[in-house]
Amino acid sequence: MQTNFTESQLADPDTAVANQVLRSCVHCGLCTATCPTFQLLGDELDSPRGRIYLIKDMLETNRPATEEVVLHVDRCLSCLSCMTTCPSGVHYMHLVDHARAYIERTYRRPLAERLIRGVLGWIIPRPRVFRLALAGARLVAPLARLIPGQSMLARRLRAMLALAPANVPGPDPNEGPRLYPASGPRKARVALLAGCAQQVLAPEINAATIRLLTRLGCEVVVAKGAGCCGSLNHHMGQHTPAMTLAWTNIEAWSREIDKDGLDAVVINASGCGTTVKDYGFMFRTEPAANRNKAELISGLAVDITELLTRIGYTPTRPKPGLTVAYHSACSLQHGQQITNEPKALLRKAGFRVVEPAEGHLCCGSAGTYNMLQPDIATRLRTRKLRNIAKTKPDLVAAGNIGCITQLSGDALPVVHTVALLDWMAGGPRPEGVPCVA
Amino acid sequence: MITLPDPKPDVLARRDAVIAGLRAAVADAEGVIGDPISLKPYETDGLSAYRQMPLAVALPESTEEVAAIMRFCHANGVRVVPRGAGTSLSGGALPMADAVVVGLMRMNQILDINYADRCATVQAGVTNIGITNAVSDEGFFYAPDPSSQLACMIGGNVNMNSGGAHCLKYGVTANNLLGLKIVTVDGEILDIGGEHLDAAGYDWLGLLTGSEGQLALVTEITVRILRSPEGARAMLAGFASNEIAGACVDSIISSGIIPVALEFMDRPAIHACEAFAHAGYPLDAEAMLIIEVEGSVAEQDDLLARLSAICNRHNPMSLKVSRSVEESLAIWKGRKGAFGAIGRISPDYLCMDGVIPTSKLPDVLRRIQEMSDSYGLKVANIFHAGDGNLHPLIMFDANDPTSFHKAETFGAEILKLCVEVGGCLTGEHGVGVEKRDLMPFQFAEHELEQQRRIKSAFDPDWLLNPSKVFPLRAPAALPRAA
Repeated sequence: MQTNFTESQLADPDTAVANQVLRSCVHCGLCTATCPTFQLLGDELDSPRGRIYLIKDMLETNRPATEEVVLHVDRCLSCLSCMTTCPSGVHYMHLVDHARAYIERTYRRPLAERLIRGVLGWIIPRPRVFRLALAGARLVAPLARLIPGQSMLARRLRAMLALAPANVPGPDPNEGPRLYPASGPRKARVALLAGCAQQVLAPEINAATIRLLTRLGCEVVVAKGAGCCGSLNHHMGQHTPAMTLAWTNIEAWSREIDKDGLDAVVINASGCGTTVKDYGFMFRTEPAANRNKAELISGLAVDITELLTRIGYTPTRPKPGLTVAYHSACSLQHGQQITNEPKALLRKAGFRVVEPAEGHLCCGSAGTYNMLQPDIATRLRTRKLRNIAKTKPDLVAAGNIGCITQLSGDALPVVHTVALLDWMAGGPRPEGVPCVA
Repeated sequence: MITLPDPKPDVLARRDAVIAGLRAAVADAEGVIGDPISLKPYETDGLSAYRQMPLAVALPESTEEVAAIMRFCHANGVRVVPRGAGTSLSGGALPMADAVVVGLMRMNQILDINYADRCATVQAGVTNIGITNAVSDEGFFYAPDPSSQLACMIGGNVNMNSGGAHCLKYGVTANNLLGLKIVTVDGEILDIGGEHLDAAGYDWLGLLTGSEGQLALVTEITVRILRSPEGARAMLAGFASNEIAGACVDSIISSGIIPVALEFMDRPAIHACEAFAHAGYPLDAEAMLIIEVEGSVAEQDDLLARLSAICNRHNPMSLKVSRSVEESLAIWKGRKGAFGAIGRISPDYLCMDGVIPTSKLPDVLRRIQEMSDSYGLKVANIFHAGDGNLHPLIMFDANDPTSFHKAETFGAEILKLCVEVGGCLTGEHGVGVEKRDLMPFQFAEHELEQQRRIKSAFDPDWLLNPSKVFPLRAPAALPRAA
């Protein structure tokens, strides 16, 4: 597609990348077909091609972001379904990431929105604060229906309170940096991204990951200093905090590499995995030493199902006789193009695996999206749950905490893939999962 | 560069009133777009080299809303450009400065599936693949399959009489329609045909199919659905030159075998598509045929054996039959994503769409290559070889104006060549704005005049998608229906 940037505009490295992305788009429109918001809203402005065009026009004219552009870019889930569909290889993620940062820099949101986004971006990456906030939310959750009105603010507050789980587990005594030695001879040494929201909402996921990996001969290190991957801030356009968090992780894992080497950085929340795999790009304009470190970490980053496929997984328990509906998290299937590994592992573990229709569509979780765009998120959740129910499963498995939270609370238990794999290899039965069908 | 007629100054001056009128016709507040920033993405379609900002965009959710929009626009002399998914490669949905774009993408409901009579009634904004997806569980499918079938909408398919890879066996859109609900230019709702073959009276279905949004707005469509074949298998045959592959196509067609699909790709296309689909295309070949057969396993085996024998007479460099469903899917993913995949090797392309008698294939391909050399622009050939429907993709750089101009001239020359060898300007993309000025190469003036009279009979004031299909003339010279 034709672009109109001046030489001086292209001297800016971010604009240069945007130009490359735009030039690779041939405006064929295939992306519209698999975009969840276009399916629901039926307006090209709420499709990838429409957003690409809005962003193109905004960047070309050097115009501060306007309300119209913000509305449609905010509605983008960053599910990246469009990238799976695109035959031209348009890197929509890098374009929309840049647009979000550009919006944050040039557009002043209404006060209430600034507050909500600021608070979410500050609390969620900090596990201790997040745990306190959830406890508080749980206390006031019964009052959610008393929040009056249909304003976006009121709907967002109600959505946030509705998402707060009824039981917030207390802090895991093992939380924090630690070294978990391999049982038996060490075959590999991996760093686990302990993450932020996940270890508060579902500490059992990290526990299952560690149990399973150490049992399979991996030494697992939760590195000192590593924490939130930065994606939450990144997706809200909060560039500086995102880069700070990412750099902290890069430093922490680089120290582990210097100490005793690392064979992989393993991630069990796929939303985070997509971002860690993009660290190399995020730090592309940094001095070579930093850029190389970031690239090295991105190169080591793997999803837990990739690692298990690589090192080999074998169950030890008899087949559980359960049917699992595998929900493919967007960050896994679109962001990282990982589609077969989780299903193959679940089958190997002895589960019958079914795949719901419209598997390419997002469940509406999308980081903070379900709190910031509650209406669209709820419609996507309902649609996803309906498609899952049609497969008549005993439970749902997903590889991302966001999806697990979003889809929980309905008729079926929703658990992390790794929790099921750990169970079948000798770990405890994940809570809520029936013994046998 | 294509010219558009001067916008009507009085309509431009009434812009706010037009937007207010549309708001009265469309219930949803987000269903009318009038601000310039939000209108920008609607300035073009799949032919992005041509751009024109519209006056406004309306997104109706029902036939009644479409009728209300048309009543308003007709009463106020406002032009209307219908739009589906905006995937047209001929600029069929290119707006005009004084026109309202009526986008039908919100009308995306499957209204009825009638398995007993083997038909389905759907709204115009249902995607082509959406129809098949709705009936595939019961073992049915909707046959015409344009490459953009994932995104393109059935309303647009009707208006462009779209084809597709499998139309060699099943016919194009026109052969798979039973009924239409249309809204006339003055807002009347009419039903044509129904859930049965052979609509009553004149062949209105035939007339409206392929009318490029110039006669009426199509809002609902009743299509035939067919039983899915027991199975299908594709074969890839690589050849040392375009001419040899072209000659092989000619041998297959003249043998009397009708494969369900017979597709051609040349070297640049093979490489671009393989990079996207990883389908095992022969990267050393100059040209490749995808030949698909369907039916029972025995039928497939028999046909593939006979087709292999024909291919072998043309010294193929490679001959490979797909061994699994995944492999077949990858083969088609590459072919169907071909146009977009060219985006990997060139920032822009013009996709031509001409038809030639299949016996002329080798000669025409050679002459296209000669033109490519003389213009200094690369060309990738991807097309429905069985139908003689060519899609040369001319690669250019839109950021370089001379490159675009050369590409346009090159494209026009290819299409003139198609007419010269006894073919036609367009196979399935429609004339649109792209081939409008080439129509005199196909038709004599009196033939064009007769066709203009048909348009005038439906749309006396030429409000519906004007400036397309027919070469421009002064409005005063437009014919009136008798």
